[in-house]
Amino acid sequence: MLIPGNAEGRLLRLQAPISLWGGIDPVSGAVIDPRHPDYGVSISGAVLAMPGAVGSSSSSAVMLELLREGTAPAAILMARADAILAIGIFVSVELGYPTCPVLEVELSALDGTPQGTLLRVTSEGRVIRP
Amino acid sequence: MTLHLTTEERALLAGDHGEAVSLAMRILVSAAELLGAQALVRITSAHIDGCLHHGDGGVEFAEKLVATGGRVVVPTTLNVGALDLLHPDTVRADPSKLAMARRQMDAYVSMGAEPTFTCAPYQIGHQPAFGEQVAWGESNAIAFANSVLGARTERYGDFLDACCALAGRAPLHGLHIEQNRQATVIVDTTNVPDTLKDQDVFYPVLGSWLGLEVGREVSVIIGLPPTVSRDQLKALGASAASTGAVALFHVEGVTPEAPSLDAVVSKTQSVDRIKLTADMVKGALKRLSTTDTIERIDAVAVGSPHFSIAEFEALLTLVYGRRMAVPFYACTARATLQDLEVSGDLLQLQEAGVEIVVDTCVVVTPILRESGGVLMTNSGKFAHYAPSNTGYEVVYGSLEDCVESAATGLVARTEAIWSW
Repeated sequence: MLIPGNAEGRLLRLQAPISLWGGIDPVSGAVIDPRHPDYGVSISGAVLAMPGAVGSSSSSAVMLELLREGTAPAAILMARADAILAIGIFVSVELGYPTCPVLEVELSALDGTPQGTLLRVTSEGRVIRP
Repeated sequence: MTLHLTTEERALLAGDHGEAVSLAMRILVSAAELLGAQALVRITSAHIDGCLHHGDGGVEFAEKLVATGGRVVVPTTLNVGALDLLHPDTVRADPSKLAMARRQMDAYVSMGAEPTFTCAPYQIGHQPAFGEQVAWGESNAIAFANSVLGARTERYGDFLDACCALAGRAPLHGLHIEQNRQATVIVDTTNVPDTLKDQDVFYPVLGSWLGLEVGREVSVIIGLPPTVSRDQLKALGASAASTGAVALFHVEGVTPEAPSLDAVVSKTQSVDRIKLTADMVKGALKRLSTTDTIERIDAVAVGSPHFSIAEFEALLTLVYGRRMAVPFYACTARATLQDLEVSGDLLQLQEAGVEIVVDTCVVVTPILRESGGVLMTNSGKFAHYAPSNTGYEVVYGSLEDCVESAATGLVARTEAIWSW
């Protein structure tokens, strides 16, 4: 587990990598990049499966704003650690705002789990259906 | 693998040198552990990308560091903020947001960073030497420092870059380590006609394709002319770092770590080879515009990354004695603006209707007219981010195309060079 924590939310598996900066509205959590296949979808409260993070190094700042606004994902699942997202979460905790658990997961392990399935992330780093 | 800290680093972490550096070290250590680093590495400079106001969390973080005695301990430059401090009317936003954006920029200056406010510190005299370990933020600056200068940085984001500047250290991982800088993808451009490779307009297109294709892999591009310019490499890297997490690319015979293919290709990992085709190039070109049916443009923006003196000279040659019919924004560093003032070029650019924006740029803060419309640009990075950040449609073209279009308000693009 990259960043530990408990969380519960519905699975949102993004169809393409995203840059939080320029890709996600830092207040609402909506996908705002019109070229992204999930344009218009909100990542707020979701167990977000990310096929990868791309682009701007400002994405840490967007992560912090989402956590401060209460519109962050409930948890993030990704195949490979992304320090840029994690830093936003570390700073959030230093400033007294919430955390967001991040798990290293091969996303193919989610192939049998439909989009929108309610999932629970446990403090031991497991992803289960509650 | 556990992280090993020196006695001095443990003291910094424990707060023996103040709370600000202790906070910086806590974040640095968490990041280093997450990244699997076994040690921290001393750095010789930092470029902080934390000046841009995305929300008040960034202000809170910076002011907390100031309030607890934070000072940068290595030469540190600052990336763009959300304001043009020299032309306060340039940016539209409500006064409370403008005030917060200002506080964020001021906080970093008061920690001892230089008020450069540019995404291209490497073109105003802040150039790490070959092999230097640095901690740079801002994706295009990272790509340039690694690829063109041969300095060593990972992709540092907001906050971690500041923590590195306060601690004078970075996690020893990734591109700080020599073996991770070898190419695992060879991009062969020998099919592309030399006439196209001589044009500036090719490089953002190549970069945009590269970022999508290789993601975060290190690539080496072969077949580019040895005359490829720094501005062309800057445009390539910026574009690649916006469509993918590209932090390092090599160009055989051009960039310092790639005197030959053999010198830079990985000996320990499998290496992919991709031959660039006309269809790949045309696909990437098409993707840089959101419309190919609109005939009228509402504005032109250039200067992402910030325009260099050489780019301004090319622009002045094109606009000299003419008058732009739509707003034409050229974004640059305040240091470059000063050079333009001294040389007298500034007046001539302004007479043609070119508006110079400094300390910031048109896709990170509200500068374009609110009504929306169509933005034309020669920047792959603007083309990538403008639709989501400004709501404008985008048309991509060369600098010549941008000027011709701005002079009449109608899209004029040279298409023939793309067919082979």
